[in-house]
Amino acid sequence: MKLARKIEEKFFKALMFLSTVFILIILAIIIYSIFEKGLKSISWEMITQIPQGGYYYGKGGGILNAILGSLTLAFGATALAFIIGLPVALYLNVFLVRHKKVITIIRFLLDLIWGIPSIVYGAFGFSLMILLGLQTSLLAGILTVTLFILPIMIRSMDEILSTVPIGLQEASYSLGSNKSETAFKIMTRQTVSGIITAILLSFGRAIGDAASVLFTAGYTDHLPNGLLEPVATLPLSIFFQLSSPVAEVQNRAYASALVLTLIILLVSLFSRGLGKRYHKTKINF
Amino acid sequence: MEHETKIEIRDLNVFAGKNQILKNINIDIPKNKITVILGPSGCGKTTLLKCMNRLTDLYPELKVSGRIMIDNNNILAAKEDIYKLRQQMGLLSQRPYPLPMTIYNNIAYALKLRGIKKRREIHKLVLHYLQQANLWDEVRDRMREPAVRLSIGQQQRLCLARGLAVNPEIILADEPTSALDPISSQFIEETFSKLKNDYTIVLVTHILRQAKRIANHVVFMYLGEVIEQGSVEEVFGNPKMEKTKLYLGGTFN
Repeated sequence: MKLARKIEEKFFKALMFLSTVFILIILAIIIYSIFEKGLKSISWEMITQIPQGGYYYGKGGGILNAILGSLTLAFGATALAFIIGLPVALYLNVFLVRHKKVITIIRFLLDLIWGIPSIVYGAFGFSLMILLGLQTSLLAGILTVTLFILPIMIRSMDEILSTVPIGLQEASYSLGSNKSETAFKIMTRQTVSGIITAILLSFGRAIGDAASVLFTAGYTDHLPNGLLEPVATLPLSIFFQLSSPVAEVQNRAYASALVLTLIILLVSLFSRGLGKRYHKTKINF
Repeated sequence: MEHETKIEIRDLNVFAGKNQILKNINIDIPKNKITVILGPSGCGKTTLLKCMNRLTDLYPELKVSGRIMIDNNNILAAKEDIYKLRQQMGLLSQRPYPLPMTIYNNIAYALKLRGIKKRREIHKLVLHYLQQANLWDEVRDRMREPAVRLSIGQQQRLCLARGLAVNPEIILADEPTSALDPISSQFIEETFSKLKNDYTIVLVTHILRQAKRIANHVVFMYLGEVIEQGSVEEVFGNPKMEKTKLYLGGTFN
């Protein structure tokens, strides 16, 4: 008996260890290949200039159009999704508590649309544009990406809000808070670090997706120039550079991927730091 | 000895699905006294307490019927403003739940809900309630720290101060010392004994000695029913029902 338990323990420990190592190695290979190919062609010029004529055939210029485009689009979509998503998540966890079946159905639907591929959102966004009379533009891109990241935004905030102990909610109500006070002043505060994670996940998804912006935000070699003009995005920029027959341009694609990775890294470090600062004042029993 | 009744519970029944949690409860809770609801775990004490400030509304599975009259007002009636109603009562739960904000703001939040807006007034009252809950001396230099940094015993007294800050007439306490060390428990008990002059206190507990120490009025419950109620001398000194005798004798719990 004792021996069996020991073997079991060893086996699962080894299994966990190996899985973790496996994932880390894969990650390291991806990051290595981005750095290895990207570092060769990354330059100051590349991140401060827009593409010049013939850029995709090896002429000079950079991808500033895509960097700024991606940033505006992702920030815009994340902000919009947050503004819509937080009330939804709070509504599920504060106002609908008496209707468990409705909550289950809504959660199920959100999980379902979470799995829809982004190209479908792109197509949907495109038909929406026709309906609204919009052309490919930053606005259309933001709207489509917002729809695309809303399920992840809502569900991850919903998950964290559902961990708020019922005792804390009772404490809030017992003081005479109404439901919106409990939602915004107590529940949201209690889960700040989790909500930051939700925003971060959504931002990562928003800035990294190519298919949803292909038909909706379009592409341009110019800098973002207003909500109704098309914008370039990094994933599409990477795609176009990779499809170039010129090896040098293909390497620039890796440099662009490097830039994208660094943006995500910076944004997540920044918001982690923010969350941690808040957390430090929170945990301590 | 006659005294004024503050809370009158009549024909209270609570169902969770087919399961009846409270059966035909009739209790009179005297004003400005400590009423202890005593009984083994799972006998419906906590549910009874939650009925009194309508926290039962948060649990869709609970069906509540009957009447709970506070100052001749049926609080179970649908038209009651439950947010106002809850401010008539301070709640102390089994374990403390400080709000996710500073020590100072835990109290100030309750004061603001009460409609107090002037900063000086708030300052004065925060100090007042912390003193009343026997916590001021320990936290006077830590007002801007998050409340969760306090020890559990301190947190529970903070929650008491917060409960008092809504200016209630009634204090509902649900085994408030069960998670605390002996010294903090003693603090809470002493505070209750002081507070009973101004407040009607309903304390749920399964600790016999605690009930004996601080109760004026005792309600003994078993499996969702009130078995016996009366003054502490009656119930402890001369219990009438067989089940009460057994419980007080420590034969079952």
